[in-house]
Amino acid sequence: MSGAEAPRSRRAPEEPALVLVVDDVADGREICAEYLLFRKYRVATAADGREALGKAFDLVPDVILMDLSLPEIDGWEATRRLKGDERTRHIPIIALTAHALRSAHDEALAAGCDAVVTKPVMPRDLETEVRRLLTDLVAPHPRDPETPTPTT
Amino acid sequence: MAVARLKALPPPGAGSGTGARAKLALLELLLAEQDARGCAALALAWLSRHAGVERSLCAVVEDGTHLVGLAGHGLSSSVVESFRLDLSHRSHPLVLALVSGEPVAFAGRGAQVFESPLATDAFQAVPLSRGEAGETGPGLLLVAGPGEGPSEEEVIWAAGLLGVRLAALGYRRAQAEERRHQRERGWLLGIINAVSDPILLTDADGRILIANPGAERLLSADEKMSEGRRRAVALNNMLFSASLFPATEEGVPTPKELLLVDPIEGQDLLFEVMSTRVKVRRGETGTVSVLRNVSDLRRASEEIEENYRRLRAAEAQTRAERDRLDLILNSALDPILVTDAEGKLVLMNPPAERMFTIGGSRSSRAERWVRTNDAVFTSFVSNLYTGPSMRWRGELTLVDPQSGAGVPFEAISGKVLSRQGEDTWTVTILHDLTETVEKSRLYEQVKRHSEELREKVEEATAELAEQNELLRRQAFELEQASALKSQFLANVSHELRTPLNAILGYTQLMIEGVSGELNQNQEDKLARVDANARHLLSVINDLLDIARIESGKMPIQLEPVRLPELIDEVMTEVEPLIARTSLEVRRDLPGGVPDMRSDRKKVKQILLNLLSNALKFTPRGSVAIRVGFDDRHVWTAVTDTGIGISEENQKRIFEEFAQADSSYARRAGGTGLGLSICRRLASILGGEITLVSQQGIGSTFTLLLPLEVAPS
Repeated sequence: MSGAEAPRSRRAPEEPALVLVVDDVADGREICAEYLLFRKYRVATAADGREALGKAFDLVPDVILMDLSLPEIDGWEATRRLKGDERTRHIPIIALTAHALRSAHDEALAAGCDAVVTKPVMPRDLETEVRRLLTDLVAPHPRDPETPTPTT
Repeated sequence: MAVARLKALPPPGAGSGTGARAKLALLELLLAEQDARGCAALALAWLSRHAGVERSLCAVVEDGTHLVGLAGHGLSSSVVESFRLDLSHRSHPLVLALVSGEPVAFAGRGAQVFESPLATDAFQAVPLSRGEAGETGPGLLLVAGPGEGPSEEEVIWAAGLLGVRLAALGYRRAQAEERRHQRERGWLLGIINAVSDPILLTDADGRILIANPGAERLLSADEKMSEGRRRAVALNNMLFSASLFPATEEGVPTPKELLLVDPIEGQDLLFEVMSTRVKVRRGETGTVSVLRNVSDLRRASEEIEENYRRLRAAEAQTRAERDRLDLILNSALDPILVTDAEGKLVLMNPPAERMFTIGGSRSSRAERWVRTNDAVFTSFVSNLYTGPSMRWRGELTLVDPQSGAGVPFEAISGKVLSRQGEDTWTVTILHDLTETVEKSRLYEQVKRHSEELREKVEEATAELAEQNELLRRQAFELEQASALKSQFLANVSHELRTPLNAILGYTQLMIEGVSGELNQNQEDKLARVDANARHLLSVINDLLDIARIESGKMPIQLEPVRLPELIDEVMTEVEPLIARTSLEVRRDLPGGVPDMRSDRKKVKQILLNLLSNALKFTPRGSVAIRVGFDDRHVWTAVTDTGIGISEENQKRIFEEFAQADSSYARRAGGTGLGLSICRRLASILGGEITLVSQQGIGSTFTLLLPLEVAPS
């Protein structure tokens, strides 16, 4: 993952990382954005796949949080296009999905996502994952795709 | 010599006593006479007439050994013939007289010495010729006369003449005999040589004395012959001698076979040798062998034998063929009949006999049926005689004379022609159609039945197909329904998670102080919101698990599972729960628990569930975890001293949303789906969960898992 060096050079070391939050549900966008800003990240948002692609090519964010069920262009397709483009190939993408089925998780990885997180997800856990990808791009942590669920 | 002697004859008329004419007459008579005996008789007769001789005897030397009587005058013929004097008696007066060559006169004195053939002691012995000293003359003339005796001069003259004449005759005879012998020998040799079979005479030592060309060809060799031929001849001689010796013994000659080699052609020749013993010379024997070439004969006889053998073989073959034909004819199940040109039956096989003879039953009915059959058959065959065709085929019905039953036959008649093209026989074969008729009837029946069967099967098949189609449609619908259900559940899960995500998210934002500082009361209330939202999420997750298990979409990931390690993890996770209680929690793990090959996450889920249940439903006392194993299974028992489960509830407890005590459950939390899911998961992993419980005392849940999940 030598390509990962490029984005870091684009931002000054003191400058906070830019996270692009893509979710068609306003609540989801707001919770993520508000928490990440609270944790001193820079945040951009997109409500569908087309907008996400546009902002990704424009801003070249450091991490993308990608909901998979999106109007216009869905998250899988958007991920494929980003990973197929020289300019955005290096950007780590965390897939967010409310689909708890295994197939959804596998398809996300197949499309090129670096990690998959099942909703609902606690903002704190999400931030931990973002930080992990930013500092540990070489070997993505083999994380459980399903959110650990409390036992009854 | 004889001529010389003749020239030495005294001239006629030289004698004094008798007239010259008489002497000349005797000379002529003797010359005209060719026989010795005749000459002697003439001379004796002349002497009796002209020289006063009364009795006389002429004796001649025979074989040089004896003096024998040749002719006599005035004597009986028996006296002449019986006269025989051995010359070896040298002292005999007559022998002396013969040897001396001089006339001797005996006058009675010699009567004591020998008996005179002339019946008187007074006689003269005159040698027939004056032989030289020591030489025996041809003979002796004995004469006796009446009175003073015959005229000596006439007697000596006549004896001289007769001696010369006899000597001459004797020479000629010897010559003639020699010639005759030679002629006869020539003839004999001619005969022997003319015989192509080898003939030979051998002496006692096997040496060849006489051999004809045939024998010489085989047994004689000369310098000019090649080495090979000489060797062949030597070999032949050896073989011949070997065959000869036993045959020279006394006994009846028997032909023997002898194999020789033709030295010229080189081929083997087989001879039949006939050997006969013969006298060769005085006291010596020889063997005459006649060899008959039987090589050709042998070949011919072998050919004859071979021909005979062939003839026998052909005969045997013919007989075998006839036997075979008989066998075929007799073993044929169809009646076969042969009729001659006049239509008379000449041959039939046993099946035909059954139809055309009355057989054992001598009933008049049988006889009548046979006559009927004859008539039917004759009329059928007559078709063939009236028409030009060689074959006739038709159907006829005969009656079995035994049973009286009508038998349908198919009949085929064929003419058999001689080489000259004349009709000789007709062969008819009858084929019983009863079976065919019966068969075709049965066949029709079977066909009808099978047709019915086929229709029934078709009907049933159609019905079955219809039902199959129905079932298939139903199965498809069920499948679709199941898929729809799964999809529905997935959708529900998705739709529930999205708002839940917002609730949990906003709650946390506030608890974390992202939206500003909160007072204690607000924070407590938000904690309750958070707890309820999390519970709701658990219910949703459990429902999704059940849906996945039911639709068979629960994936299994097999990997090595180290149970003690897993139990440590579970203990760590429930640490907060334990901390809230005053329970004593014990672990009892033996050493050497084998690794399982199973789905680690699912095993953990089950154990977590069982342990947290025990902690939740045990107000006081203890919770113990024990592990046991054998060579195929590992089991984990979770025992508590909790409220226990009544017997009636022990079955219900594994059903969805079933909790033994609803009120208590609500207090303890839980979805009521946990045990149901655990039991299903255990089943997926090839194991089971059992329960032993007593109300008020406690429960023991045991998870039994195989060391290796059997492939499903």
